[in-house]
Amino acid sequence: MSHAQQLTSRIRSIEPVGEYFHIVFEAPTIAEFVEPGHFVAVAVGGVGSGMLLRRAFSIHNATAGDSIEVIVAAHGQGTQWLTAVSAGTEVDIIAPLGKPFLLPTRPVGCVLVAGGYGAAPMGLLARELRDRGCEVEVILGAATQSRLFGVLELTRDADNVTVTTDDGTSGLRGRVTDALPDALARINGQAVYACGPMPMLKAVAEVSKAHGAFSQCAVEESMACGIGVCMTCVLPVVGDDGVTRMVRSCVEGPCFRGDRVRWDDVNTVPVDAFGAPVQGGH
Amino acid sequence: MSVDLSTSLGSLHLKSPTATASGCAAAGRELAQFGDVATLGAVVTKSIMLKPRSGRPTPRMAETPSGMLNSIGLQGPGIDSFLDKDLSWLTSNNVTTIVSIAGNNVAEFGQLARILRDVPGIGGLEVNISCPNVESRGQVFACNPVSASEVIDTVRAEWTSTAPILAKLSPDVTDIVEIAGSVINAGADGVSMINTLLGMVIDVDAMKPMLGGRTGGLSGPAIRPVAVRAVYQVHAAFPEVPILGMGGIRTGHDALEFIAAGASAVSIGTVVFGDPGAPWRIATELGNELEQRGYSSLREVVGLAHKN
Ligand SMILES: Cc1cc2nc3c(=O)[nH]c(=O)nc-3n(C[C@H](O)[C@H](O)[C@H](O)COP(=O)(O)O)c2cc1C
Ligand code: FES
Repeated sequence: MSHAQQLTSRIRSIEPVGEYFHIVFEAPTIAEFVEPGHFVAVAVGGVGSGMLLRRAFSIHNATAGDSIEVIVAAHGQGTQWLTAVSAGTEVDIIAPLGKPFLLPTRPVGCVLVAGGYGAAPMGLLARELRDRGCEVEVILGAATQSRLFGVLELTRDADNVTVTTDDGTSGLRGRVTDALPDALARINGQAVYACGPMPMLKAVAEVSKAHGAFSQCAVEESMACGIGVCMTCVLPVVGDDGVTRMVRSCVEGPCFRGDRVRWDDVNTVPVDAFGAPVQGGH
Repeated sequence: MSVDLSTSLGSLHLKSPTATASGCAAAGRELAQFGDVATLGAVVTKSIMLKPRSGRPTPRMAETPSGMLNSIGLQGPGIDSFLDKDLSWLTSNNVTTIVSIAGNNVAEFGQLARILRDVPGIGGLEVNISCPNVESRGQVFACNPVSASEVIDTVRAEWTSTAPILAKLSPDVTDIVEIAGSVINAGADGVSMINTLLGMVIDVDAMKPMLGGRTGGLSGPAIRPVAVRAVYQVHAAFPEVPILGMGGIRTGHDALEFIAAGASAVSIGTVVFGDPGAPWRIATELGNELEQRGYSSLREVVGLAHKN
């Protein structure tokens, strides 16, 4: 595993794509260490900013010796700042962070499922899987057409792309999980990779399990540090020993086995979790 | 650099004046990717309890103007795993380590002190009597001079080591000098201050408090003036008692305020989340600030703001 590096990066470009922004950061010393599923933590607001915490983005692309790219939805103060600065602005970044997606050791059929900007890491992943001889199906979903991301790119990088929208403005009307069983069947899918909102990840993990496929889900938990020191980003995950622990999604994730995350118990501390409060105790 | 930045907290010598704040650097290991942890003044470890503890439900944090609220709730592996995995790493890497302890009740603080007193490699003990992330305010020992001194009394009785005992104080009290006096009388060698202030953010779309634990501790530069005031007041009352100062320190300039107010060393907390290299950077900046002002050592500046 490589070290995370903290560096001052120049923003090379910021381009709108649908409802999102595509940002290229110059990061010559970082890019070669990036694997699909890694994320970058970006300081926002400039020097002396009142926003102390970094914003985490899944890495969309990495060009060795040159740059890393992210897809940003400007839904908060920090991301609004980041998407409004001009190209050439210098920002402090830390990458690569987190545990990347586990890749199959044999060439098996893989289905990549993403909701909205959750498609960001999927191009990198699809190319890596195809390099390993895997057949790759992609399902991209969103509430509406303008919130889809990566359709064109993934059409190039995958064997087949299915699009779903809740309102039917693009592709099939419905949810990504409606299209998952067929995609699995077409390529005898053994592995499913997912990135998107929690309810989608839960549904994908369940459908994958029901079809006997192994799933890897990249979660998006709110993070204060991104490097494992603050304990804000935890969720209940079952370990190899069968014990549920509140684990840090920034260092033990963000990519988890879908069958190990206790999706129904996210945002709670299950009573049987390691160290959970006992009756009459803390 | 010509400025001597070495300092001490009672019997504990620190080669650098910046430490990590408890709960903001885990047990130091993760920071090793950003600098040599052995060169820090100290790593103050996340408050450890007797038993493993899962902490509070998420969301556990909310960013606020120049600060954040957290409701971690002392998640940790318990003392056995801490000794086995964390302290051993710190010791084998020659890191000056101040172990922070927390108990559900007075007796647990005593038990922790008994377990730790014979463990080699502990530079100091920080007794966290001020964590706001507990189910009842009654557990915030530092809010009451009697319960605060009971805890320190118990720890003192068990603590046979020469390493200093620092009592970590809460600013959420009417008179922090009274609390400081009670823990000093009970045998604390020094005080660490300040812990976070109890706060709340409300999500007005969901119409409920944002944090899973509802309330949380406020930290970061937003609380710095409160912390500087607290350090100043306690140093004025007990000039001989060493203070480990913290609360929103972001730059060497900020750290210098704490030193001038009476802190002998400082801990860097929330700022580490945004800038993991901050504890090293701030030490360098502090050296520059002192040099620019013509001082040759940090020690000569401790409490200097009281002279003018
Ligand atoms: C996420 C988080 C966790 C913390 N955990 C602890 C803890 O376990 N024990 C403790 O004594 N203080 C804890 N603190 C308080 C800090 O050590 C420090 O006293 C406080 O945050 C003020 O300093 P700062 O503004 O530099 O963060 C925690 C603070 C934060 C933000
Ligand atoms: S975000 Fe701080 S531990 Fe994960």
